[in-house]
Amino acid sequence: MLALAEAIGTRVLRKIRAMGGMTIFLWASLSSAVAPPVPLRHVVKQVHFIGVKSLFVIVLTASFTGMVLGLQGYYTLRKFAAEGLLGSAVALSLIRELGPVLSALMVTGRAGSALTAEIGIMRIGEQIDALETMGIDPIRHLVSPRMLGALVSVPLLASIFDVIGILGGYLVGVKLLGLNQGVYFGQMEASVMLKDVSDGLLKSIAFGLIISWVCTFKGYHTARGAEGVSQSTTSAVVLSSVLVLIGDYLLTSVLL
Amino acid sequence: MTENDWVCRPCGLEKLPEPQGGPAIRLVDLVKALDGKKVLDGIDLDIPRQRITAVIGLSGAGKSVMLKHMIGLERPDAGRVLVDGVDLTRLSRPELYRIRRRFGMLFQGGALFDSLDVFENVAFPLREKTALGEAEIRERVHMRLAQVGLEGAGEKFPDELSGGMVRRAALARAMVMDPEILLLDEPTTGLDPIIRNSILSLICHMYHQHCFTMVMISHDIPDIFCWSHHVVVLHDGKVVLSAPAEEVFRSSDPFVRQLIHGDIAGPVHLM
Repeated sequence: MLALAEAIGTRVLRKIRAMGGMTIFLWASLSSAVAPPVPLRHVVKQVHFIGVKSLFVIVLTASFTGMVLGLQGYYTLRKFAAEGLLGSAVALSLIRELGPVLSALMVTGRAGSALTAEIGIMRIGEQIDALETMGIDPIRHLVSPRMLGALVSVPLLASIFDVIGILGGYLVGVKLLGLNQGVYFGQMEASVMLKDVSDGLLKSIAFGLIISWVCTFKGYHTARGAEGVSQSTTSAVVLSSVLVLIGDYLLTSVLL
Repeated sequence: MTENDWVCRPCGLEKLPEPQGGPAIRLVDLVKALDGKKVLDGIDLDIPRQRITAVIGLSGAGKSVMLKHMIGLERPDAGRVLVDGVDLTRLSRPELYRIRRRFGMLFQGGALFDSLDVFENVAFPLREKTALGEAEIRERVHMRLAQVGLEGAGEKFPDELSGGMVRRAALARAMVMDPEILLLDEPTTGLDPIIRNSILSLICHMYHQHCFTMVMISHDIPDIFCWSHHVVVLHDGKVVLSAPAEEVFRSSDPFVRQLIHGDIAGPVHLM
């Protein structure tokens, strides 16, 4: 019984220590990120890596998500003779919920895993130690630009996701199922408020922070060779995705 | 016989520079445990200034961990690391970064940045830590690359280099900031004898040009006695012997004899 309590206690203490470590890591990264001079060149490089290189997968996912929403929404709304509200349904679903969440999950899978693997390989290859020996702060050099890059890229990708998704819904609803184009966009214009857009953007900024925080932390604390890199990458993707979904619920309940 | 009487065999130099001041690095009662195992167990050691010090010992003796303590990459559980009297264990992070500018370090695997070519790897510390103009950076990097025999390899990436070239490029990077203290973690392990000797010769040549304080972990026994002035023997996290190379080579300590001659029979039983 005592052994069981000890095992549970040890596990709990380890988790608390890990959470403390993550919080300190976040604080160090954010304070490095805002300390002048801002490493603009590195940030731009990360915006290219996280943002531009994720564009294809975002466009692909967004167009099919919008098309499915158009299809499902049309047949559901028709049951209530309200198919004219399709534009509103598609736009609000995307802007408030699906755009930020799905784009964050896509970025986690494509760029987040790569961030973890890249930093993890640098850790096990002693490249991070090499930075330290040169008197260069690895958090400032490696982590902060990636965090800033994600904070800029993820909201932009979410916005692109929203626009492409709305066009996907238009393609199905208007071009395929014959809904009036004016009705589709008119209803959308009438129902989408500025707050919907700003809430969606706020969510995607939060998700960008979660992804970059978890993925860089996991990579930075990689140990035990190639197997360690694989474990870090897997746990970074899983943890980021779960935290994005939990964060989405919490933010939605606060923002509504 | 003192280390000043030691003749540098490869270079044939008989006179060593007179060291200015006391030991460059002093480890005082250093203790470090990793994963519950004591890796360093009360290390007391002086690293002589402006000399090549070789650290030898069995694998897992704590050599690399000790080297990382010398530059503050590891924090000890107890004890002090003094660099010119400054205790690294008490420094803040910015102070530690400042003092590290006096060091150069060559890691076991080279630790070159994968995403940069050789030229940019060597130029990296200059770009990040100095305000030098592009022309001067190019000049310095080309000079260092020439010194290590990599004049034409500046545009190659680390994965295009052989093991020996990686070590040489890493050596050029470690030296590009003109450090006072150079730490070398197994610079020749896994290399063929010709490349190994060329790297050791290069290190020796660099020493005579710049008079760095060098600490070099090595398994090249007994050859290392020809390339170093001072030798430290480490075993089970303790210093067995720290003395001029000639003295260590002639030691009658059973463990040191076994290590130097690679005898299977002796105080250490691995089977």
